[in-house]
Amino acid sequence: MAEARLAVDDVTIRFGGVVALDSVNFSVTPGHFLGVIGPNGAGKTTLFNVITRLYTPTSGDVTWGGQSLLKLPPHRVVGLGIARTFQNVALFPNMTVLDNVLVGQHARMGAGVIEAALSLPRSGREERQARQRAMEALERVELPHLAQRLAAGLPYSTLKRVELARAIVSNPRLLLLDEPAGGLNREAVSELTGLLRRLHAELDLTILLVEHFMALVMAVSNQVVVLDFGRKIAEGTPAEIQNDPAVIHAYLGVPDAPA
Amino acid sequence: MARTGPGLRIAIGVLVAVVAVGLPFQASGFQSLELAYALTFAIAILGLNLLIGYSGQISLGHGAFLAVGGYVTAIGQQRYGLNYLVTIPLAGIISGLIGFLVGLPALRLHGIYLALATFALAVAAPSVMKKPADLTGGVKGIILPPYTSLVPGLSDDQYFYFLCLLITVILFLVSYNILRKRPGRAFKAVRDGELAAAAFGINVSTYKTLAFAISAIYGGVAGSLYATATGFVSPDSYPFQLSILLLVGAVLGGIATIEGAIFGGLFTEFLPIFSQQALTPISRQLANAAPAVTQGIVLLIVMFVARQGIAGLLRQGYAALRGRLRTDAQTLKPAGESPPTGIR
Repeated sequence: MAEARLAVDDVTIRFGGVVALDSVNFSVTPGHFLGVIGPNGAGKTTLFNVITRLYTPTSGDVTWGGQSLLKLPPHRVVGLGIARTFQNVALFPNMTVLDNVLVGQHARMGAGVIEAALSLPRSGREERQARQRAMEALERVELPHLAQRLAAGLPYSTLKRVELARAIVSNPRLLLLDEPAGGLNREAVSELTGLLRRLHAELDLTILLVEHFMALVMAVSNQVVVLDFGRKIAEGTPAEIQNDPAVIHAYLGVPDAPA
Repeated sequence: MARTGPGLRIAIGVLVAVVAVGLPFQASGFQSLELAYALTFAIAILGLNLLIGYSGQISLGHGAFLAVGGYVTAIGQQRYGLNYLVTIPLAGIISGLIGFLVGLPALRLHGIYLALATFALAVAAPSVMKKPADLTGGVKGIILPPYTSLVPGLSDDQYFYFLCLLITVILFLVSYNILRKRPGRAFKAVRDGELAAAAFGINVSTYKTLAFAISAIYGGVAGSLYATATGFVSPDSYPFQLSILLLVGAVLGGIATIEGAIFGGLFTEFLPIFSQQALTPISRQLANAAPAVTQGIVLLIVMFVARQGIAGLLRQGYAALRGRLRTDAQTLKPAGESPPTGIR
């Protein structure tokens, strides 16, 4: 298997007259924790949508382990080991928490309608394994007691963790997290920080993190990319980014402001 | 989950089985046939529910699949001399193929547009059935040979009821198996959020067309049984109202429930009959209008007080009953925490 490196190569995407991403280039070293920051509308979520094939860029390429992702339909991406969460939570509201997490394993399983309908051995075995893995994932995010509850009606912070469980249970090597701390209070963010660090280390993941909560980004990332109006304006370690004049300018709009 | 153990569930299952097997021996031949019709509707409604309740695609044209099933059975026996029992799965397969084909353009339509497009199917079906008159018998239709009992000791009607019951049980088990496993979750995920479903490897188009195909298989099998019960197929046997009736049955029984289809089938068959009988002593005119009116009124009531249909009401009742049994058990031996289980 080729080295699991994600490379975003000169990606531009236009929506009508708006250039959402403008010649963005970067690559993620396997095992790294890459933070993607930038003001609202900088193109961060668009970048995730390009990587997961919801959007096709106007030009440029996205490769994963040397293979272009752009020829694939969206539902093939997760099978290559790329899973994501969504900015505004995209769980399946009328399914239980357990079923939501089981859907995360769809691509890892193989039994189709006929095997399921006739209860052939593979489907039963597969379901049992999947259930076990789903419960393990729910334990990782500390929600096993909610397995049988419908997703609809659960608190936002809980849903965010269910999404995390659904993503990790797909057995990813690359995890895309879109504002996991959105809507969380300070205490919950510090819990999340610990959780993300554990997941990163224990599951041997490469993580891309889009986040506005700077303390979180700076605490967990070992590499940061800064977007502004669709362009990459800086890249480096958290310490470098915090002292980068272009970044400070993008965030505060005042040159030479103290960090 | 089931902290009271499987006891209650088994008790309900045994009760249902005893009633289902015992009924035809208590009922007249004609009543057995009515029950067979109810099962036929239940199969069709279950198929419709797979499509609407689980994959989130509406169909106002499911009567067309019953028509396909009915004509396959009639033509298969009449023109090709096939055994009746062979035509049942054949009806399912051919209807399923047509359902698959219908599902392809349906991918481009949502909500009200899909409703109208499928409705067109229901409206067109009777006319289409008239056209190849050599094959379908045109407006006169085809008369089917009567069903005869193959089991000693059972009357023809009882035999036919048990045949329908057997097929119903098989098709319900099949649905149950599909829906609680990987494909069923995929249907529900597509229903609840296509983008997220795709992000986790579900081929949305495949599962949507698959839902149409499976749903049409159920419709085709139901149509085959329906035609045999009636002993006759003609374009008038499958008016567009049939499609609406099935949808009403699905809603009454409970959308996105498996057991709801049984109640839907019973209601579709017996509500018109009972309401007509109840009003006949008062006024024959009223009685003739009764079926449609009562169906409408019951539908309104369900929409206001029980959106989840009869199955939803029973699930609430079941949860309450289980809760009471559990508290009784706890007062006997006070042990263990019991976190509140939400009513679905």
